[in-house]
Amino acid sequence: MPEPTTPQNPQGRNPHDEGAISALGGSGGAMDLAVAEGASLEKPPKPGRSGGDRARSLWSDAWHDLRRNPVFLVSGLIIAFLVFISLWPSAIASGDPLACDLAKAQQGSQPGHPFGFNGQGCDVYTRTVYGARASVTVGVCATLGVALLGSLLGGLAGFFGGWFDSLLSRITDVFFAIPVVLGGLVFLSVVPGTTVWPVITFIVLLGWPQIARIARGSVITAKQNDYVQAARALGAGNSRMLLRHITPNAIAPVIVVATIALGTYIALEATLSYLGVGLKAPTVSWGIDISSASGYVRNAPHMLLWPAGALALTVLAFIMLGDAVRDALDPKLR
Amino acid sequence: MRGARHAKWAAVATAVALAATACGGGGSGGGSGDAGVLSASWGDPQNPLEPANTNEVQGGKVLEMIFRGLKRYNPKTGAAEDMLAEKIDTTDSQNFTVTLKDGWTFSNGEKVTAKSFVDAWNYGAHVKNKQKNAPFFAYIEGYDKVHPEEGQATADTMSGLVVKDDKTFTVKLTQKFSTWPETLGYAAFAPLPKVFFDDHDAFLKTPVGNGPYTVKSYDKGSAMSLRKWADYPGDDKAQNEGVDLKVYTDYGTAYTDLTAGNLDLLDDVPAAQLKNVKNDVGGRYLNTPAGIIQTLAFPFYDADWNKPGSEKVRKGLSMAINRDLITDTIFEKTRTPATDWTSPVLGEAGGYQAGLCGAACKYNAAEAKKLVAEGGGIPGGQMKISYNADTGSHKEWVEAVCNSINKALGDNKACVGNPVGTFADYRNQVTQQKLDGPFRAGWQMDYPLIQNFLEPLYATGASSNDGKWSNKEFDRLLKEANAEPDTTKATAKFQEAEKVVAEEMAAIPLWYQNGSAAYSERTSNVALNPFSIPVYNEVKVG
Amino acid sequence: MGRYVIRRLLQMIPVFFGATLLIFLMVNVMGDPVSGLCGDRTCDPATTAQLKADFGLDKPVWQQYLTYMGNLFTGDFGKAFNGQQVTELMGTAFPVTARLTLVAIVFEIVLGISLGVLTGLRRGRPVDSGVLILTLVVISVPTFVTGLLLQLLLGVKWGLIKPAVSPAATVDELLVPGLVLASVSLAYVTRLTRTSVAENARADYVRTAVAKGLPRRRIITRHLLRNSLIPVVTFIGTDIGALMGGAIVTERIFNIHGVGYQLYQGIVRQSSQTVVGFVTVLVLVFLVANLIVDLLYAVLDPRIRYA
Repeated sequence: MPEPTTPQNPQGRNPHDEGAISALGGSGGAMDLAVAEGASLEKPPKPGRSGGDRARSLWSDAWHDLRRNPVFLVSGLIIAFLVFISLWPSAIASGDPLACDLAKAQQGSQPGHPFGFNGQGCDVYTRTVYGARASVTVGVCATLGVALLGSLLGGLAGFFGGWFDSLLSRITDVFFAIPVVLGGLVFLSVVPGTTVWPVITFIVLLGWPQIARIARGSVITAKQNDYVQAARALGAGNSRMLLRHITPNAIAPVIVVATIALGTYIALEATLSYLGVGLKAPTVSWGIDISSASGYVRNAPHMLLWPAGALALTVLAFIMLGDAVRDALDPKLR
Repeated sequence: MRGARHAKWAAVATAVALAATACGGGGSGGGSGDAGVLSASWGDPQNPLEPANTNEVQGGKVLEMIFRGLKRYNPKTGAAEDMLAEKIDTTDSQNFTVTLKDGWTFSNGEKVTAKSFVDAWNYGAHVKNKQKNAPFFAYIEGYDKVHPEEGQATADTMSGLVVKDDKTFTVKLTQKFSTWPETLGYAAFAPLPKVFFDDHDAFLKTPVGNGPYTVKSYDKGSAMSLRKWADYPGDDKAQNEGVDLKVYTDYGTAYTDLTAGNLDLLDDVPAAQLKNVKNDVGGRYLNTPAGIIQTLAFPFYDADWNKPGSEKVRKGLSMAINRDLITDTIFEKTRTPATDWTSPVLGEAGGYQAGLCGAACKYNAAEAKKLVAEGGGIPGGQMKISYNADTGSHKEWVEAVCNSINKALGDNKACVGNPVGTFADYRNQVTQQKLDGPFRAGWQMDYPLIQNFLEPLYATGASSNDGKWSNKEFDRLLKEANAEPDTTKATAKFQEAEKVVAEEMAAIPLWYQNGSAAYSERTSNVALNPFSIPVYNEVKVG
Repeated sequence: MGRYVIRRLLQMIPVFFGATLLIFLMVNVMGDPVSGLCGDRTCDPATTAQLKADFGLDKPVWQQYLTYMGNLFTGDFGKAFNGQQVTELMGTAFPVTARLTLVAIVFEIVLGISLGVLTGLRRGRPVDSGVLILTLVVISVPTFVTGLLLQLLLGVKWGLIKPAVSPAATVDELLVPGLVLASVSLAYVTRLTRTSVAENARADYVRTAVAKGLPRRRIITRHLLRNSLIPVVTFIGTDIGALMGGAIVTERIFNIHGVGYQLYQGIVRQSSQTVVGFVTVLVLVFLVANLIVDLLYAVLDPRIRYA
């Protein structure tokens, strides 16, 4: 994939770097993650009124580590690139993703059309670039929604236990049993629309129970640790314990699951489109293109290769980001 | 473009791997155990296996093997030929006397008599039996008593059916209908044995009929074994020892199973494999015309689509569709561009008229743009072509049609596809007139008559006239054609009526659909009938 | 512990009613199923009315639900539109899917956890990167394509397996479909294990164990793994849903007439009796699965007690 002007020197040490990325993502969905990650990394110290010093040091230590981690920087660059093409696809693709000539259907690479044509004779390169917006928005926003809602509810259930835990766990049991197809057909035909938001809402509704159970399990384990028990004995309040002691120790599995789920959500969007309830033309997305290319993989694998490659790159970036964030938060790895 | 080159290598590697797999096909074939028995692909029938309740191909396959009616459509020509009927006489095109041939029995030994037919038809028509093909009996006098529009039936049997003796019964119709005897090859008109009425559950478990095969075992949802009925009295005896129908969850899987040599006969080759099928099965591939036409219907109930000049928009849209390119590229020539509103399987004599649509069905981008503009443009500036997403892979051609229209009109957002999740929901939206743009309309003929391609689809208030098109001239010509006792003259009248459809572009004809099939090395003499059902009894094994 | 289990089992009752009601309403929202039964033809009104009366669709939703639940307690799950008893459908579909799920879970446990331990202990090494690339492939290439390619290669080209699973669906026929079904979950399990192992490898008790001179194998299985498994076990518990009810693609490609396939058919044909019946059983499966997961927490980490 042709990259935009790649900055040669790692600007990681320059605090403006992150600011620039955030500014880029201000209006696009993709960067919301970076912004929110930043926020969740920075915020917690503020509510901790007493003994804020130590709290700040944990989270800001993490931030300090992160900025020096090459894995984080590489993933940041890829994500910045994805955000860039989501916002300005025309900057690197001059064609129209909707201009299709059936006579060229399934043809391979040729001058001016490096990735060839898809089954409808549309340019695969242009569609892959233009597909980023919908796919990255769905992936990132759905993952964020699922991760926030799921870890909040699951974490509280694990922490407090009792009737709250029972209630929440039984609700998740019911949600697990709702078939995605049924949920999709019902929810998305009741809440139609051509934008990505109904799709995102649906994925969040269906996806949160999984993260909730993972978070609950992690919190239950973390709660047993000696230092948590010690903090409790010392009279630490609930919110302080959750933020200072439990979250950093319980967040790893949530990050792992969320980063992989990001990829599967982008793919799920394709399933929904296949069912006729997801994103619809003229919206362009990787999911739609992957699913329509799947049947022709024997004759024209290039149709699948490029959108799937783009999806893989996105997932890679977020897995790396997740790894870096997790490492930064883990005191044992210091 | 270093990235692109890498990708090319990857693509080449994948292609090689895939090509390698493609050459593995065409094994010695034949998965089923018994000698002389062929295995064939099947899908779960949607309704219980009753003749008057089966309205789709999967159930139709079984009925074609185990039932024979008064008439049978010639598997090659589609002509209605006498089967159990010795003769069907009429003097006024309204009162018919049916005489049966001697020597026909059901496979359980019971004789096929006039009563077997009359009871079956009365059962099929009666509202309490909920038979989906009941409307086929609507021409018979007394239908409105056993099947009123609403409420309970006021009679048990239709007064128009009278048994004279074992071999003879008379039929009185409510109106003149000269070609009515030719509709009798339809499965709904099959005779039924006593067991059907006496022990209905047993019949549904193992249906009993009078066709060349008998049902050996029926495992609902997964398989049915049919065996040759040795004492079958007809002259279309089974050429093989039997047929094992296997239910596949997906046609792609059935196709793979065929290429691996585990299946003998697959009807309906999946679209994605049409490019490979000739290589994969070594030419053992059929692509023959069937009585199916695909059209785009319009919401005439919507004032925007039914104002003066709208016919210009419809004609313009028709001319904006590059049928040749779409049938070649998307369908790999398993569809033929349509030039009239019937089907080539009818034959010239039967009323098929190539080129009736004229210039309006030929791709002409410039003229299309002009006509659409003259007619006031597409209502609202954008139109949605609705289709159901769950069956039949309509997405691809709808997209191709839209791309073709968009290209011709020079507006990439003039036409978009509008998928509807389930077929039932799609039919709901159609019948409740919720669609505000063109929608897909497929028509598979019930019997090979031009009447069947016109009356149900375009007559005012007809059962499949979903767009609610209505034209007095058309209705008048149709009535005259039905009453005309001379078949040739009747056909000419029907063609006159079809011309009205053409002038008004009541629906855009897209293409005629073919039946496709692939078969294993050990089978021969495989053919599809005009209903795209394999002619099982003629297949030779070994 | 006994009291805990009993309490959990009692909780199943409200969940059962809630879930069936929810699914019942959802299928109802999808609209009138009868109009899909007559092909491209409008069903005639009298037949429609008869069919609706037959399936009880002419009554208000709450009454349909009560009738359905009433029948349920006499063991009558109703009929699908083709006249087949839902219990009969479930009787054939559930055993097949249970076997398929089992195969998939075994893959997840054996392959996923081994790869996870391996990559967790060798972070950043080639094997770690290799597994990461595999993960990316599995996530971005649709199951449909993976399944199809395996089917073509193993089934047609090399003739190692039968491309289509027979109605008997024995375990050996389900190995390849099971692997395909498990592939995405494998990615999760591997990475979850990897992360936990990497985290715990530096924990005090592992250091202590190493200092004590315990054999490496014993440290990994008894100390490291046991403490790393809670997220993995939780995940597998939640994954049973995707495996049992959502194996639509895998079941279709490999011709498996299981729960995913039947449920999908029921949904697109809007057969509420089929859908509610199947989902009801699925809900029960989750309740039991999650109970087992919660009990396993205490086995894996003895500090956790039942409240």
